[in-house]
Amino acid sequence: MSLSMFVQHFLNALTLGSLYALIAIGYTMVYGILRLINFAHGEIFMLGAYFVFWGVTLLHLPWFMAVVVSIIVTSFAGIMVDRVAYRPLRDAPRISALISSIGVSFFLQNFAIVVFSAIPREVQRPEWLVNVIVLGKVRLLPLTLVVPVLSFVLMLALLFVVYKTKPGLGMRAISKDIETSRLMGVPVNKVIALTFGMGSALAAASGIMWALRYPQLQPVMGVIPGFKAFIAAVFGGIGSIQGAVIGGLILGFMEIMIVAFMPSLAGYRDAFAFVLLIIILLFKPTGLLGEKLEDKV
Amino acid sequence: MSTSQDLVLETRNVTMRFGGLTAVSDFNIQIEQGRIYGLIGPNGAGKTTCFNMITGFYTPTEGSIVYKGIDITGLPPHKVCHLGIARTFQNIRLFSNETVLQNVMIGGHLRQKTTWWHALLNLPSYFGEEKAIRHKALALLDAVGLKDHASEKADSLPYGAQRRLEIARALATEPSFLLLDEPAAGMNPQETQELMGFIKNIREQFDLTILLIEHDMKVVMGICEHIWVLDYGVTIAKGSPKEIQSNPKVIEAYLGEEYVQNA
Amino acid sequence: MMEVGKRRDYILNTIALGCLALFLYWAEGNLDGYKIQILNLIAVNIILALSLNLIYGFTGLFSLGHAGFMAIGAYTCALLILSPAQKEMMFILEPAMWPFSVMHAPFLVAVFAGGLMAALFGLLIGLPVLRLGGDYLGIATLGFAEIIRVLANNLPRVTNGALGFKGIPGYANIWWNYGWCFVTLYVIVRLVNSNFGNALKAIRDDEIAAKAMGINTFKYKLISFSIGSFFAGVGGALLASLLTTIDPKMFLFILTFNVLMIVVAGGLGSISGSVIAGIIITVLLEWLRFVENPITIGSFYIPGIPGMRMVVFSLTLLFIILFRRQGIMGMREITWDTILGVFRKRGGGA
Repeated sequence: MSLSMFVQHFLNALTLGSLYALIAIGYTMVYGILRLINFAHGEIFMLGAYFVFWGVTLLHLPWFMAVVVSIIVTSFAGIMVDRVAYRPLRDAPRISALISSIGVSFFLQNFAIVVFSAIPREVQRPEWLVNVIVLGKVRLLPLTLVVPVLSFVLMLALLFVVYKTKPGLGMRAISKDIETSRLMGVPVNKVIALTFGMGSALAAASGIMWALRYPQLQPVMGVIPGFKAFIAAVFGGIGSIQGAVIGGLILGFMEIMIVAFMPSLAGYRDAFAFVLLIIILLFKPTGLLGEKLEDKV
Repeated sequence: MSTSQDLVLETRNVTMRFGGLTAVSDFNIQIEQGRIYGLIGPNGAGKTTCFNMITGFYTPTEGSIVYKGIDITGLPPHKVCHLGIARTFQNIRLFSNETVLQNVMIGGHLRQKTTWWHALLNLPSYFGEEKAIRHKALALLDAVGLKDHASEKADSLPYGAQRRLEIARALATEPSFLLLDEPAAGMNPQETQELMGFIKNIREQFDLTILLIEHDMKVVMGICEHIWVLDYGVTIAKGSPKEIQSNPKVIEAYLGEEYVQNA
Repeated sequence: MMEVGKRRDYILNTIALGCLALFLYWAEGNLDGYKIQILNLIAVNIILALSLNLIYGFTGLFSLGHAGFMAIGAYTCALLILSPAQKEMMFILEPAMWPFSVMHAPFLVAVFAGGLMAALFGLLIGLPVLRLGGDYLGIATLGFAEIIRVLANNLPRVTNGALGFKGIPGYANIWWNYGWCFVTLYVIVRLVNSNFGNALKAIRDDEIAAKAMGINTFKYKLISFSIGSFFAGVGGALLASLLTTIDPKMFLFILTFNVLMIVVAGGLGSISGSVIAGIIITVLLEWLRFVENPITIGSFYIPGIPGMRMVVFSLTLLFIILFRRQGIMGMREITWDTILGVFRKRGGGA
């Protein structure tokens, strides 16, 4: 493989990995504070993409505005999902919230089919993002450079909020012990809402960038990336933001690089994630950076 | 003193560390057949940790546990129970969705010889065994005074009755060594009196050796023949109830240095 | 006193079975194909619901891998009831691998084999996976189900890849389906009502206490998981013959979701709940098709809304989990005692 090919694959892997990482962060944050696997997160990703599409075609918003509006609306949608489907089950057995999240996931997918129709739609992409630039022998879309950079910026912003602000402190407290946090005066419901909001914003950003990269919108577009990103989060250590990022990047690299070096495995690409899942669950279920939670006897 | 062979249980230099925290250090006890022993100490002293090590829920970081001559260190809980050690829990752990009778029958399950295959094929041997287990379970419920509640759901019982049910369930496993974790917790003085008599009775009736963790000093001093005292994982005293009662270290552990100084 | 009660139940059960047989005989001759298909689906769904209920409702194992075991059962059965000649014609991507290309067996054996293969996979998958708790178990089983699906897509010499099988002999008529349904019901009832079943429930209620009472929880979980997988395989096998075509796309997570929905709606830990919900939900799913098909009322044409069916379905699940998470029956069962009790009340009162 030539160097230029390698560079191309590398950048593609970085892009894909970043997209997975952004989604994985949302899963890991919600699991960290609520011990809940938010099955509906993949659909939030999907909504982010669709709202931009709507903004541009229906409301005739300029592109950047549509993106901003979509992120805001999708964050709000994420918060609403928690409010309606998870909050009432805070004191129920955990499995109930899990089943609820599965229900929301299917509901949103099919709701999208009803509203947006199941026909895949082409996304109109801004010129400047998709004009191919040539650097030596490497042919790139500017998008391939924008995604990792933008993702990196977003992740930094998130880490800033989590580690350097009061609400972020609240999040970390709740993830350690929700009852004590409540007793210490942390506005638990508000912090949880913020967590869902931020996670959803990142997922929306990822959805938008995904739609630009693979310009087809489908109501079920969130299912497979969502599940893979979840596996990435588990692999990196569910509950750990850094773990989610690492897991996402590793998965992205595996998918692109393995197929690049062994094209015959292309049909099994979707299975790599599951192989990662099996490996981590067998050898270190808490993930690369995860902590063990003991049962009190 | 009896040799290792005669002892029901012996722990040798047993230590439990969780990361940097030493929960129990150098725990050495010798348990003789047929007697009632007590393990006391302030909260967090490591008493339940000792129970968990003996019953196989934790594997000691150091040391060994020998039961009737067999090294049981690190054996999983179900194997320990098979060998004849049964326990109750500090926070009652009943099978809340099952009936009172079913709870005790589940205790008797490990002694069943027939398997799920037999149940499936409707074999007479299976029926016979289930009937016998049911009988035994009802007899145990009678012994703890819960026979009339047999078909009620376990979590509908009042607290004191739940504790007795837990003991009945443990007895259904046909143990020779019984560990009771705070059996008198939450009981009023009369219930406590009945419990003390009950424990002495079952010791006779079922040929048991008993080790109990307890905070209620009436119970401890009343029925225990030999007591160990733990504080911060260290055995600070051992002996008969009289010796323990007047031991300054014990008083200090429970009530603090100031009490001893000003007493 | 026990013996009299047992004899009464035995008689009542036989009568009920007889009534069911009469009903099925009548239905076969008098109902149209569509309604018979619904009856068939009801039987299969009950089998699937019971198998998942054993694993999740009674043993407490949150397994999301049911679709995978159904797939194994379906493909195994199909490979056995398709004739070698049919297979030769059908495997156009690549010729079928030996022995799959030549194996052939009667329907009873094929369905049983489907269940057995699924149970075997259940055992193999369960060994590493059942050590995990709660959520992790769900994700791991879901992962395995997806892997099975991906394998089905990528092993054309065994499964004909994405094309799947067509023209599978439609042996699964009402008698086979309800016969297997009866077998499933019998096995699960006997298991659950025995002390072995009590031990499973103990594991569900409090695994730590169960261990302390001498129950080898891992072994019991494995047995329960394997038996549940067996019947999932049986359900898949019957489905293959009922629908006469199968392909990997049939075994997506939504299939597991449907079965989960039935179990939750009926009540986790209630056999009668699974039966009742199996009937209701199957009918509901079919009835909801009308929402997706266009209707003409007078001169008004109301176009169908694709996807609406699942919207209603998922909303129903959400309603159940938010407002009545114990489902129809909770953990209770309908026994002859309860049925006769109703009659006694009616007769005695008023």
